[in-house]
Amino acid sequence: MSEPELLLPELDEETAQFWSACERGELVVQRCDSCGRLRFPPRPACPWCRAFDFSWPAMSGRGTVWSFVVPHPPLLPAYAELAPYNVIVVALDEDPTIRLVGNLVASADAPINSIDPSSIEIGMPVSVVFQRVADDVVLPRWVAA
Amino acid sequence: METTDEVDVARTIGLGDLTFFAQVGYGGGAGCGVVGLAALAVASGQANVAVAWRSRKRGSGQRPWASRLGRLPAGLQFTRPFGLLRPVDEVAMLACRYMHEFGATRSDLGRIAVTVRAHANRNPAAVMYGKPMTLDDYLAARWVSEPLCLFDNCLETDGALAVVIVSAERAADLRQPPVLVHAFAQGLPQQHQTMTNYFNEDPLLGPSHACAPALWRNAEFGPGDVDVAQLYDAFTPLIPLSWEGYGFCGRGEGASFDGVPYNTSGGGLSEAYVHGFNLVTEGVRQLRGTSTSQVSGAQTCLVTSGEGVPTSALLLRRAG
Repeated sequence: MSEPELLLPELDEETAQFWSACERGELVVQRCDSCGRLRFPPRPACPWCRAFDFSWPAMSGRGTVWSFVVPHPPLLPAYAELAPYNVIVVALDEDPTIRLVGNLVASADAPINSIDPSSIEIGMPVSVVFQRVADDVVLPRWVAA
Repeated sequence: METTDEVDVARTIGLGDLTFFAQVGYGGGAGCGVVGLAALAVASGQANVAVAWRSRKRGSGQRPWASRLGRLPAGLQFTRPFGLLRPVDEVAMLACRYMHEFGATRSDLGRIAVTVRAHANRNPAAVMYGKPMTLDDYLAARWVSEPLCLFDNCLETDGALAVVIVSAERAADLRQPPVLVHAFAQGLPQQHQTMTNYFNEDPLLGPSHACAPALWRNAEFGPGDVDVAQLYDAFTPLIPLSWEGYGFCGRGEGASFDGVPYNTSGGGLSEAYVHGFNLVTEGVRQLRGTSTSQVSGAQTCLVTSGEGVPTSALLLRRAG
């Protein structure tokens, strides 16, 4: 792939469902089958009611920017090449306490430095897009909604 | 290496049989916790003399967050792939939100960096001694992770520090005037994720908010009685978060709080960064009256460990 040095997830038992949903263009979040509450990042039991049964419902993919940063070097080489780029935290519309770290991009295929950082504002609405970064990894990224 | 284990120290200096030893994890969150555990061990009779220390050799090897160990484990895979790589990036995310929510500015953070640097310039042992800094210097510095610049970051230091903990009775006839461990607490808040604490109800309610109630419950005095503070300062935004968490001011007021002298040796920002353990030793100096930025008549000192990770704090008190 074009960005072989990017850090990529190890798909394990707890998180594979999240990443495999990205492969099919869905943003999923764990939901407790007992109390119905969403939780993220994934873990085996519900911290609110301690039930072990859960599902992975698809989210709307819409949210708002909760915060953002613009990293500058020194960074790992693959990221330094793209710097300055943005990293955002997105609060999901379904439950604003479910927050995902990601990047705001100009389009689904655009790099993480494709947006002028001065155009990013906390509270701005965003929607998810999916970007393949390795043969077996698709990352969720975000575009202005 | 970043750490020196008990076995290495014990056999190198020729100690006899050790019957109590413990480590506290989470890097910068640990310093006060180690001292607290040592005090508990002495108070319970498990140990007669305890030594709490931190040593780091930062020049050797790569930064822990710069290592590439293949694919990322679950705890890192929802942040690192997106370029949130370093502790400064992780704290900058909270800082940006804090500034947005409470109207704090870069100049507020800059004044913290300048205040602490001024202390370092009275401390010949500080790495930044002889290197004064103005607010304009701060504002002109290069970005590291917007909204944080170079001088929002602590130093990188090779160093080692230790404190000896014995009973108050035993300390009474030692050569150095003792300082009392008045109270100690740790804090691991609910739904916490180390450094990337974005996943709980309110990410700006950090570990200090979990640690503080237990600390004050163990004390006979409150924030208004603290004469001097040594606040964990790997990054400037941790100072306002700590003022708020430990109850010195309301939420959002920490960025302009200036009611208690703090980080009087230069702290992690300008004296040395040894996972905050030099904050403990400076707290002791203040209560012995030997700080280079001595607070006149200081009777009490708050020392805190890392905000952003499972943390710990100490209230120290002048003996007698």
